[in-house]
Amino acid sequence: MSAMTLDPLSDPILERRQKIQEIAQASVGRRKAYSKIFIVVCWVFLALAVVPLIAVIVYTFAKGIAAWTPDFFTQVTKPEGIPNGGVWNAIVGTFVIGLIATLVTVPLGLLVGLGLAQFEGKLAGVVRFAADVMTGVPSILIGIFGYIALVTRFGYSGLAGAFAIGLIMLPIMIRAGETAIRGVPPQLQEAGIALGARKFIVTRRVVLPAALPGIITGSLLAVARGIGETAPLLLTIFGTQFFNSNPTKPMEALPLVIYNYSSQPYSDLVQIAWGAALLLMMAVLVLNIGSRVLAGFLQRERQ
Amino acid sequence: MTEQLISTTAEVIEDDVDLRQGTIAPRSGTQTPVMRLDDVSVAFGGRLAVKNVSFDVYAHEVTSLIGPSGSGKTTLLRALNRMHDTVRSAEVFGTVLLGDTDIYARSMDPTLLRTRVGMVFQRPNPFPGMSIYENAVAGLRFNGVRKKALLDEAAESSLVAAALWDSVRDRLKNHASSLSGGEQQRLCIARALAVEPEVLLMDEPTSALDPMATLRIEELITELKDRVTIVIVTHNMQQARRVSDQCAFLLMDDDRAGKLIEFGPTEKLFTDAKDPRTLDYVNGLFG
Repeated sequence: MSAMTLDPLSDPILERRQKIQEIAQASVGRRKAYSKIFIVVCWVFLALAVVPLIAVIVYTFAKGIAAWTPDFFTQVTKPEGIPNGGVWNAIVGTFVIGLIATLVTVPLGLLVGLGLAQFEGKLAGVVRFAADVMTGVPSILIGIFGYIALVTRFGYSGLAGAFAIGLIMLPIMIRAGETAIRGVPPQLQEAGIALGARKFIVTRRVVLPAALPGIITGSLLAVARGIGETAPLLLTIFGTQFFNSNPTKPMEALPLVIYNYSSQPYSDLVQIAWGAALLLMMAVLVLNIGSRVLAGFLQRERQ
Repeated sequence: MTEQLISTTAEVIEDDVDLRQGTIAPRSGTQTPVMRLDDVSVAFGGRLAVKNVSFDVYAHEVTSLIGPSGSGKTTLLRALNRMHDTVRSAEVFGTVLLGDTDIYARSMDPTLLRTRVGMVFQRPNPFPGMSIYENAVAGLRFNGVRKKALLDEAAESSLVAAALWDSVRDRLKNHASSLSGGEQQRLCIARALAVEPEVLLMDEPTSALDPMATLRIEELITELKDRVTIVIVTHNMQQARRVSDQCAFLLMDDDRAGKLIEFGPTEKLFTDAKDPRTLDYVNGLFG
């Protein structure tokens, strides 16, 4: 101890250090308790949020799997009383409508997103705001719009459905594209520009490839969202009990089957509705999980 | 008279020990270790980033960690206040003593440890939305201090120590974001000092600052020695030479893990290093 030569004046710093340490020590138990309580509360709310989610998946699986017979996947929808009905026409309808909507929406949304990311200004602000508002528009309104814009003139058709679904997907795609492109470090762009490249070349050869994982993820999520929509289809594709892969004619789609058959008093039709629900849920799940896996894979590929 | 003073202050120290405050280091004088690193290794996801580092950090001195990027300076620094606890894949091996307590002991609460071993980061990171005053006393508030008198006292004392008091005393209620980069960094130093830590860790504290602001921080570091023990990571060898008393030179080994090559008084390391690699590095031949 004698080796320690302390500042012989009163030492406010040591004094304060001691005071603060005492208070910190005294409150550490309380703070730990708060922390534990908070963690428990978080877990409880997590459970509250996740339990219904898992319940829906499990319940749909339990109810729907019985409908998955070979006929379910190969036969068209049949009226009550006729056995061996399936949803083949609805599968094809959803596929064709989804494909058309995707082929139009993804490039269009991507270009708009690219514009939003690259050009700042009033117009960009307006477009971004419009896209945000459109994300929040009730889907039945989109259906009514599709009905008025296309169906009243050309009649019910798969194309009208694709148009309505596309309107649902477009704002999602725009924001996903913008986010993905904004995620590319500006230094990469600068490096390209410093090599004497024009902005278009830099965008095409440097920015877009770098943003690809985000773009793919965003596209798949937009598709997943689009194919699950019911209301826009209700007013545009009408539904049909016949096999039809021609999008200019009325088509059937999985959400429509679920909607129409689940309210029927006949148990075999309700069973088909459950099966269709399971199929649609699985498709959306595969798209969601697939987009994550793919994004992770592409990300790792780059490093 | 003097004898009596010394004996009373010595009693204060003993009281502190009794209060389990840890060993409170003397304010000046002989080289007493406050922290001892014994065979410290840090691994991320099973890969060693720093291996087998041992040295002592002496009280009221500045110890600098130098070495090229990847040599594990920052990783080692963050092992000294258990910042690696927040990284799931990180593991720390060996012993780090603060006084005579093992900071990785089960009985050591990491939050209490960090009130005793503070940290300042590369980029100034004052809390947004908090005033200058609130930033300065944030650590006290987080640790349950409510008494206004103590908060005010600590705020003033730490801002004075960080050479910021004179320029901010009339605008303590202003947002911290109204300060310049150098002032923000000094506010962060004040924030770290306000809880009166025994050791202050500084992770390249001037790397985001201009030369003038850097100079002020360096002057500050020397002034602060009286108050705290400082461990500083710097990529700037001249800075290490200017501010530190002891210097640890780390280098990446063949297995890509940082290793302590040499530790000793800074002047000796810069003029008369034992290891040729130290000599080459401080002479700017590589790194």
